[in-house]
Amino acid sequence: MLFALLPLLGSAIVLFRKGATEQMLGKIVITILILCGSMASLNSVHSAESGTLSWGIWLYVLTLTGLLWAVMGFWSKVDTRLNIKIGIAINLLVPFLFGGMLLYFWEMITVGFGVPQVLLPPPSMIGVAFGNSLETLWADFQQTFMKAVLAGFFMGCGSGFVVAVLVDKVPFLQRGLLPLGNLASALPIVGVAPIMVMWFGFDWQSKAAVVIMMTFFPMLVNTLTGLKATERMELDLMHSYAANYWQMLFKVRLPNALPFIFNALKINSTLALIGAIVAEFFGTPIVGMGFRISTEIGRMNVDVVWASIAVAALSGSLFYALLALLERQFTGWHPSFRVG
Amino acid sequence: MLNQFLKSSFFSITTVLAFTALIWYAAAVYLNSAVLIDKYERHKVEWDFSKLVDDAWSMDRPIMPAPHQIFFDLKKSIFGYKINSKRSLVYHGWVTISSTMVGFAMGGVLGILLAVGIVHVPTLNKSVLPWIIASQTIPILAIAPMIIVVLGAIGVTGLLPKAIISAYLCFFPIAIGMVKGLRSPEPMHLDLMKTYNATKSQVFRKLRWPASTPFLFASFKVSIAISLVGAIVGELPAGARAGLGARLLTGSYYGQTVQIWSALFVASFVAGSLVLLMTVLERKVQKRMGVQA
Repeated sequence: MLFALLPLLGSAIVLFRKGATEQMLGKIVITILILCGSMASLNSVHSAESGTLSWGIWLYVLTLTGLLWAVMGFWSKVDTRLNIKIGIAINLLVPFLFGGMLLYFWEMITVGFGVPQVLLPPPSMIGVAFGNSLETLWADFQQTFMKAVLAGFFMGCGSGFVVAVLVDKVPFLQRGLLPLGNLASALPIVGVAPIMVMWFGFDWQSKAAVVIMMTFFPMLVNTLTGLKATERMELDLMHSYAANYWQMLFKVRLPNALPFIFNALKINSTLALIGAIVAEFFGTPIVGMGFRISTEIGRMNVDVVWASIAVAALSGSLFYALLALLERQFTGWHPSFRVG
Repeated sequence: MLNQFLKSSFFSITTVLAFTALIWYAAAVYLNSAVLIDKYERHKVEWDFSKLVDDAWSMDRPIMPAPHQIFFDLKKSIFGYKINSKRSLVYHGWVTISSTMVGFAMGGVLGILLAVGIVHVPTLNKSVLPWIIASQTIPILAIAPMIIVVLGAIGVTGLLPKAIISAYLCFFPIAIGMVKGLRSPEPMHLDLMKTYNATKSQVFRKLRWPASTPFLFASFKVSIAISLVGAIVGELPAGARAGLGARLLTGSYYGQTVQIWSALFVASFVAGSLVLLMTVLERKVQKRMGVQA
């Protein structure tokens, strides 16, 4: 009850000491006060019998939303260029507040209105399911991500890259393959999943094959475009140094193609996960994220399904983040990374 | 003259395609041979290579169907039945196209609205943009069965759940492309609008929106192809009875490889024509706006 009144204190500070939102300390204090209010309302929703909540609490939630929005507003007005460390912290804080707000609504609405768990379980329940089935989820993760996704991703991207370098050498193939490659990357390649399952069996090899087919064309097309990105002038310079084909390739053209290659890698990281999971709908041994999702739905264990989805989302995001970090590491010189 | 023809992209593409067909026929023989030879030996049939090739190209449930088998199946299932028959691929194709288009429209509106919000409201820019990017690392297709089951439970069935999956997939390229596009006017132009004392909505209507059309169409082309993928995958899980995805699924359950391949070909054809449609639309709009082709 006491906690529920803290946001009031926060808004009082904003009202009577306008300068407070200008200072770092004031911002932090107000944010914490308002977060306390959301904690308190979560607590009261959980402790109340369903259906006994009065409309007052929704009024409270509504006000709190407005306050949270204002908090995010003053945080995002901070000039993040002044101090790099604080800038990074704020650029992380604001999205986290927003994500937290979404989770908060999800929890409040599902618990407060007594939404059937089959439809949409509250986040807290998903968290509990996550904790309870860690072992199964880990086995699924190993099967789908470590085996199918990673193997397929490396083989698909690797072969796409090698073929692109080869095609780049032969103008005839460039004219013939590039339009077809462009067409193929627009095709619904996921559809080959049933065929691959038929050819390579139920285990991870068939999923890896789907992933290879899905990742091959984006890599091919992007690498080819990247290899063309080098300017005439740079090539002429290398020519005047009497550089041979391979020197030109490794010292000028590939580094210039890196931004395009990383773009393909990032696109492929999500495609790979999608391909592997969808392929599991067509037949799989009794382990794997796609398998878990489709069977647990059948058994109405929706919380486990959502926990599986959380694992997929988390691994997808981390994979993407890792690639983005590598990109920063290797192509930091590129104009697109210059700030300001 | 001949030299020019040899260097034309038409010649290159047809050569590559012909080569693909050649490999395909060879692969059909190679992949189907194991099953056939096994069959010959069990039934003690005399066989030589030409019989093997003949049989490999005309199997009932081949591991790899030959191109002409797919062609005949396509011909049969497109022209052979009435278009409202359950066996007609035109019917199934239409089911998929309709949810693709509805999903594309929903995703387009959502993407553009989000982009407009992100460009104009700094809080949205900081808080929502990272989540839009993160949302795409979630394999939505993993959630596809969830969405269909959940929506089915509250009485939403048929076209809409599939369209929602398509919309989720295709709003992303549109939102990202439009954020770029709406920010593409140079500071000089924005300054000019300021000296005209233009309001925010005038800047939007007369500068930002027209400046973003190239970006809009570039994202449209990407997202309509993704939208089709979303619709097909949306038809996979919940036992949908119609649509190209359902054809894929039944084909894989009953081992009808030719059916799977012809569904794939129709899907590819639809994807190609949808992207082409966007390109034509882009040309038309650009012409109206006075861009020299």
